[in-house]
Amino acid sequence: MKDRLQEWVPRLVLAPSFLLVLLFVYGFILYTGFLSMTDSRMLPSYGFVGLENYQKLFALRHWNTALTNLAIFGILYILISSLLGLLLAILLDQKIRAEGLIRPIYLYPMALSFIVTGTAWKWFLDPGIGLENVMQQWGWENFEFNWIKDRDFAIYTVVLAAVWQSSGFVMAMFLAGLRGVDNEIIKAAQIDGASGFRIYRKIIIPMMRPVFLSAFVVLAHLAIKAYDLVIALTGGGPGRATELPATFMYSYTFTRNQMGIGASSAIIMLIMIFSIIVPYLYSELKSGEQK
Amino acid sequence: MSAPSQDNAVKGSVITRAIIYVVLILFVIYYLLPLYVMIVNSVKPLEEIRSGNMMEFPKVWTLEPWRAAWSYAQIGVEPSGLRPYFINSILMVVPAVLLSTILGALNGYVLTKWQFRGHGIVFGLLLLSCFIPFQIVLIPMARVLGFLGVSGTISGLVLVHLVYGIGFTTLFFRNYYAAFPTELVRAAQIDGAGFFQIFWRILLPSSAPIAVVTIIWQFTNVWNDFLFGASFSDFDSVPMTVALNNLVSSSTGVKEYNVHFAGAILAALPTLIVYIVSGRYFVRGLMAGAVKG
Repeated sequence: MKDRLQEWVPRLVLAPSFLLVLLFVYGFILYTGFLSMTDSRMLPSYGFVGLENYQKLFALRHWNTALTNLAIFGILYILISSLLGLLLAILLDQKIRAEGLIRPIYLYPMALSFIVTGTAWKWFLDPGIGLENVMQQWGWENFEFNWIKDRDFAIYTVVLAAVWQSSGFVMAMFLAGLRGVDNEIIKAAQIDGASGFRIYRKIIIPMMRPVFLSAFVVLAHLAIKAYDLVIALTGGGPGRATELPATFMYSYTFTRNQMGIGASSAIIMLIMIFSIIVPYLYSELKSGEQK
Repeated sequence: MSAPSQDNAVKGSVITRAIIYVVLILFVIYYLLPLYVMIVNSVKPLEEIRSGNMMEFPKVWTLEPWRAAWSYAQIGVEPSGLRPYFINSILMVVPAVLLSTILGALNGYVLTKWQFRGHGIVFGLLLLSCFIPFQIVLIPMARVLGFLGVSGTISGLVLVHLVYGIGFTTLFFRNYYAAFPTELVRAAQIDGAGFFQIFWRILLPSSAPIAVVTIIWQFTNVWNDFLFGASFSDFDSVPMTVALNNLVSSSTGVKEYNVHFAGAILAALPTLIVYIVSGRYFVRGLMAGAVKG
């Protein structure tokens, strides 16, 4: 009797967490998926409309702006953060004297809330009191930098602040990767007379493939989820110039009372993230089991 | 992070090394600049920011913006400063972090030392839940919180953060306990120790490092959260990040930049202090969150 009980204790301990996640994550996904096929407006309603909300969604200029912005933001954010992270990691790996001091400085933005980051950059980039004003006061009378107020350029200020926040983290990932490289390989290449630059280009950087992949997955999923930073930095403006799917979902669902369309936009976001995360987790778990 | 590797350094001239240092220092400036701007301008009178230069030290030093941000700046309809919201955040963070960490430890223990049929699927589902875009749960969550009678309360926010923290805390403890020798557990079992005894006497005493990593990770995430706070809080349960955003983006009245900066630092301070005191564990959490397996 006691043994039987012992057998069930572990499952009973795990059960509350599992049930919570089952209901609050997967149940909720199903519910939102269902709502996306209903005529819900301000409140959920259960008139079934099939895929009509999705058709409406992709016909909306507002949503297409959000997708275009996500593409611009996502590509630049991932690309710049990865390259900058790699560059800083390689430079820091050159037996730098003050590494212990520099590394935490590159990484601290990751500890901040995006609202704090957004606030800092919002005023720093403000033409009236920020960078533009500073440069003009320092003598560059014609210096102009009003991207944050410019519909065509505001999205790049989001990239700037987001890169500031995450590139140190990518640096740390690459640094860990670089520290894992087998010294023997490098010694062998040096004996063959390869220059430092060549060794990095031909041997070390190709060995960083798994880190590039991890960085890509982390950054891509952060990009698709990006919400707080835009809210704090630009509020989605000027106009809709920095609207992203996450801000679109929120405003359609909660301020414009188009819950059906809001739900369908959330489903599209989920599909985007899962199409990146699921294959990655699957292969990670697979390779973990083989070890 | 391990010690600097000795041999993959580029063997270059003095000029190469000088360039490396210059680039590294330029980026030190890039990363510190926003923090510098926030600090310097949080101790300046507003007039000096408007007519002066953001990069320069204050001519007149004042702590008034800090006092305003903390205790009497207008936030929403109340001239209450950020203090009540700071307290809200603490009341929300402490239980959410502790509960999710305890559950994560137990889950990790079960998933590694008491595996049952289907444990892989359970873990997979918990893991995947870490990455969902939270927009997908906003609508049903609002209804469930209402149904439970906790909408707009701190308890409701604790529940939300607990639920969406379990995935990560379980992941951390599972990976940590996977490396813990199972023979010790089996030996204790043969000696007649039960499920909780083994956990309490054998695993828990050696869990301090991963507990610290998990607590820091959860603390940072919950403190910095904005989306849930903005969606599920009411006048008297608004957390710090949401209050800061209300302060900064309020469109009425004069823009008090110095108060905004002081407020932003106040909102950043708890996580920043944790980072400075235990950065090593913070980085480990980040890495564990990024590299699964």
